[in-house]
Amino acid sequence: MGVESPVLEMRGVNTHYGAVHILKDVDLAIYSGELVCLLGGNASGKSTTLRTILGMVKPTTGDVVLNGQVVTTQSTRERVALGVTMVPENRRLFKRLTVGENLEMGAFLRTDSDGIATDREWVFELFPRVKERLNQKAGTLSGGEQQMVAIGRALMARPQILLMDEPSMGLAPALVQQNFELIQQIHEAGLTVFMVEQNANMALSIADRGWVLQTGRVVLDDTAENLLAHPDLQASYLGTTEK
Amino acid sequence: MTVTGKISAIRGAGPAPAHRRRLLDQDWPRLLRAGAVLALGQVFIALSGMPVSFDRRLLIDPVLSLGYLSLLWLPLVVGYWVGREQVLEGMAAYTRGGRDVAAGAIAGLLGNAGLTLLVLGITHFDIRDPLVNWSPQLLDILEFEESVWLGTLIWPAIGAGTGALGGGMHWAGSRTSRTTVTVLLSVFGTAVLESVITDLTQGFHVEAVSDWLYGPKRGLTYPAAIAVAATAVGVMTGLAAYRASPARDGRTTRGNGAATVGGSESARPAWRRMPTRRAMNLVLTVAAIVVLPLFLGRLTNELLANVGLFILLALGLNIIVGLAGILDLGYVAFFAVGGYSVAVLTSPGSPRFDPEIPWFGALFAAMLLAGLAGLFIGAPVIRMRGDYLAIVTLGFGEIIRVLLLSDWLSGTFNGAQGITNVPGVEVFGLATVRGFEPRSVLYLVLVFCAIAVYVSWRLENSRIGRAWMAIREDENVAEAMGVDTVSAKLMAFVTGAVLGSFSGAILSAKVGSVFPHSFAIIVSIVILVVVIFGGMGNIPGVIAGAVVLIGILGGPNQPGLLQEFAEYKILIYGALLVWMMLQRSEGLIPNMRRARELHIDEMNQDVWLRAQAAADDAHNEGGNPRGGRL
Repeated sequence: MGVESPVLEMRGVNTHYGAVHILKDVDLAIYSGELVCLLGGNASGKSTTLRTILGMVKPTTGDVVLNGQVVTTQSTRERVALGVTMVPENRRLFKRLTVGENLEMGAFLRTDSDGIATDREWVFELFPRVKERLNQKAGTLSGGEQQMVAIGRALMARPQILLMDEPSMGLAPALVQQNFELIQQIHEAGLTVFMVEQNANMALSIADRGWVLQTGRVVLDDTAENLLAHPDLQASYLGTTEK
Repeated sequence: MTVTGKISAIRGAGPAPAHRRRLLDQDWPRLLRAGAVLALGQVFIALSGMPVSFDRRLLIDPVLSLGYLSLLWLPLVVGYWVGREQVLEGMAAYTRGGRDVAAGAIAGLLGNAGLTLLVLGITHFDIRDPLVNWSPQLLDILEFEESVWLGTLIWPAIGAGTGALGGGMHWAGSRTSRTTVTVLLSVFGTAVLESVITDLTQGFHVEAVSDWLYGPKRGLTYPAAIAVAATAVGVMTGLAAYRASPARDGRTTRGNGAATVGGSESARPAWRRMPTRRAMNLVLTVAAIVVLPLFLGRLTNELLANVGLFILLALGLNIIVGLAGILDLGYVAFFAVGGYSVAVLTSPGSPRFDPEIPWFGALFAAMLLAGLAGLFIGAPVIRMRGDYLAIVTLGFGEIIRVLLLSDWLSGTFNGAQGITNVPGVEVFGLATVRGFEPRSVLYLVLVFCAIAVYVSWRLENSRIGRAWMAIREDENVAEAMGVDTVSAKLMAFVTGAVLGSFSGAILSAKVGSVFPHSFAIIVSIVILVVVIFGGMGNIPGVIAGAVVLIGILGGPNQPGLLQEFAEYKILIYGALLVWMMLQRSEGLIPNMRRARELHIDEMNQDVWLRAQAAADDAHNEGGNPRGGRL
C-alpha cells in the first residue's frame, strides 16, 4: 500500500459555513484497502469533512480528489457515481420503505442489474438477518438490524470507499461492539473504509491509521497503535468516551 | 393503542379466569367522562342547527325526521364505546352481560341530560345573539312540540335507551350486532339517499320501485322501511351461510397461506393463479365502469363526474404530498391554471386571444402552462422544509387567485366576472361533451382518470418514484445516495401540476365558465383532506377517499349524495379528519402490502413481549409477581 495513488484525498481543504471557518488546511489521503478513522470531539469539524467529501458543502479553497480525479466542483450525485458512499450518523434508514427498497436505494445510480443482484446476494451473505427482514418496513427493525441495513444499503452502491459517520452514535454499548465488528468484517472483505468517530479507543482498536481533528485542524496523524499510545490523544479532546 | 393492544394480545399465553360482574360495578370515572363527552356532543349538534334544518326531511314517513336522527346516533356510538373494555393482561376477564347494557344506558342518560339542560336553558335564557340556533324552533323540536316537562324528561330516557342498545351490541354477539348495524344503516341509508335512488331507478327504468319506497315527503314509507330491513337481514343471513359453507373453506385457507410472509413457499400455487384472476377482476371492473354510466341517471352521472374531477386532483396532489412528501397547501393553483388556460383559449367570451382553438389544443397549452407554474412555484420553495414550505405554498395558491381577480390582468382574465361561454369538448367530430350532458362528461373524466391512474402507478414503481419516496423519508440521506433532490422535487411539482390541470381543463368545459372564487383556498384543503383521508401515497386509497368524501359529502362547490348536509360539509370534513388521524392515521385504505407487514411485525413484537413476560416471570419466581412492572 501507499505506492499507488490514494482512493480519496483532500488537499489543503478549507471549508466555511458562511463566515465561520470550519476546516483549516485539511490534508488527508486514504489508500485502497485501508480502514482509517478521523477522531475528534464535538464541533471539531468531523461531519463537515464528510459533507465536504460528498460535496454537500463546497470547500472555499483546496481540492477533493477521488481515484486521482479532482471532484471539487462536482455534485454529490456525480461523486456517488464515482464510488463514494456514506453510512449516515444514526443509520437514518428510509423508515417507511421496506428493507428491500432501502437496499435498492443504495444502488440508485447503478444500472447494471446483474451486478446489483450479485451485490444483494453479497449483502445477504454478510448479514443473513437482512434477508429475513427483506419485506419489513425498515422503521420496525431493531437498532442492530437497522445498522446492518444501513451498511448493506451503502454496500449496494459497490463503493470504492465507504464513509461511516459516527457508527457508535445512538447505540447501546453491546450494539456498538457489534457494529465495530461489522465494520471490521466488511473491511476484511476488501473494502476501503473511512470512519469518523468520537469513541477513539473503539475506533483505533480496529483501524489501521487515524487522524485527530481539533477545531478544524488535523493535529495528529499516525498509525493506530501509536495514536493509542500517544499521551496527547486523551488530552487533545476527549478523555475517554468509554462508559 | 399499540402498547395496550399488544398487551391484550399476550392474553393468549395464559387463560384468565372469567367473572361475572354486577350491574352497577362500573368504571364510574370512565362513564362520567363518556357522559360528559356525549353531553357536549349532543348540545353541539343541537346548536349547530342540524335538528332544525333537517326537521322537514322525513326519513321514515310519519315518525322519524333526519333532524331527530341527528340527535339519536351519538348516544348509540357512545353506548357502544363505553361497553367496549380493554382486557388487560394479568387482570381478570369478565363475561359480557347486562353490565355492558347498563354502562351504555348510564352514559346515554348522563349525556342526554345535556339536552335537558339545553331545554331548560333555552326556556329561561335568551342568548340567541352569539348562538343563532338558540331558538324557539330548536326548543319546539326538543320538546316534541309538547311541554317543557316532556322535553326535559324524554331526552335522558331516549339516551338511556339508545345507549343501552349500543352497549348491548357487545352482549348480543358479533353476528347479531353486525346484523343490527347493517339493518339500521341500510334503512337510514335508503332513506337519506332518496334522491340518488330515485335517479338510479329512473336510469334503469324501474321508477315503480322508488315510487313505492318513498312517500310524498321523500321519506321511506312504513312498509318500505320494513322491506328494506328484511332484505338486509336476508342478505346478512345468506352471506353468513355462504361463509360457513364448505365450498368457501378452500379459499379462506389459501388466503391465509398467502398472508404469511414466512410461508412464501406454501403461497406459490396461489401466486401462480393470481395474474389471471387479477386480470379478470381488472377487465370486469373496467367493463363495469364503462357500461354503468349508460344506466345511471343525470344526477348520479353528474355526481360521479365531480368525483372523477377530484380523483384527478387528488392523484396529482398525491404525487407531491404522498410520494415526495412536500406539503403543498396551494395545490388549487394548478387547478386554476388548467381551468383558466382552457377558458381563455377556447371561449369566444374571453377578452383576449380571439382565434379560439379547440379544447384538445387548449388542453396541451394548459398542461404546458401548469408545468411551468409547477416549476415557477416549485423553484423557490424547493429549498425550504416543513412548516415554512407549507406556508409559502399556501401563499402561492392565493397569489394565483388574486392575479386572476386583479384589475391588472382583467384584460385577459376578466376579473371577478370570470370567463363565460366556454364551449364543450369536441371529441374528433364524433361527439360533443357538454356540461348539460353529465354522461358524456363522466366518460371524458373517466378517460383522464385512467390516464392519471396509469401515470401515477408507473411513476410510483419507477426510479423517480423511489427517489421521491426516499426524499419523503430522509432528504439528506437520499441526496447522499445520489438522488438529485432538487430536480426530483421539481419533477414532483410539475407532474402534480399537470395532473391537476387536466381536472381544471375538464371543469372549465363542463361548467362552461370559470370564476376566480371557484379556486379559493378551501379547494386546496379539500383535496388535501381527500388525500389524507384515503391514505397518502397510495393510489386506491386516494381514489376511495375521493369517492367517499366527494361522492357522499360533495366538493367545495359541488353537491354530493347527502345534499342535505351541504351546509355542514366542512364541519363533517373536519370531524372525519380528526377521527381519521386518531384512529387510522394510515388512511382509509392503507397500502395493503404495508399493512400486512405491519401486522406481521406486531406479531413478532408480541412473540418478543411474550418471551419477555416469560423471562420476567422466571426472574420473579416466588417473589413479587410482576407488580407494576409494565
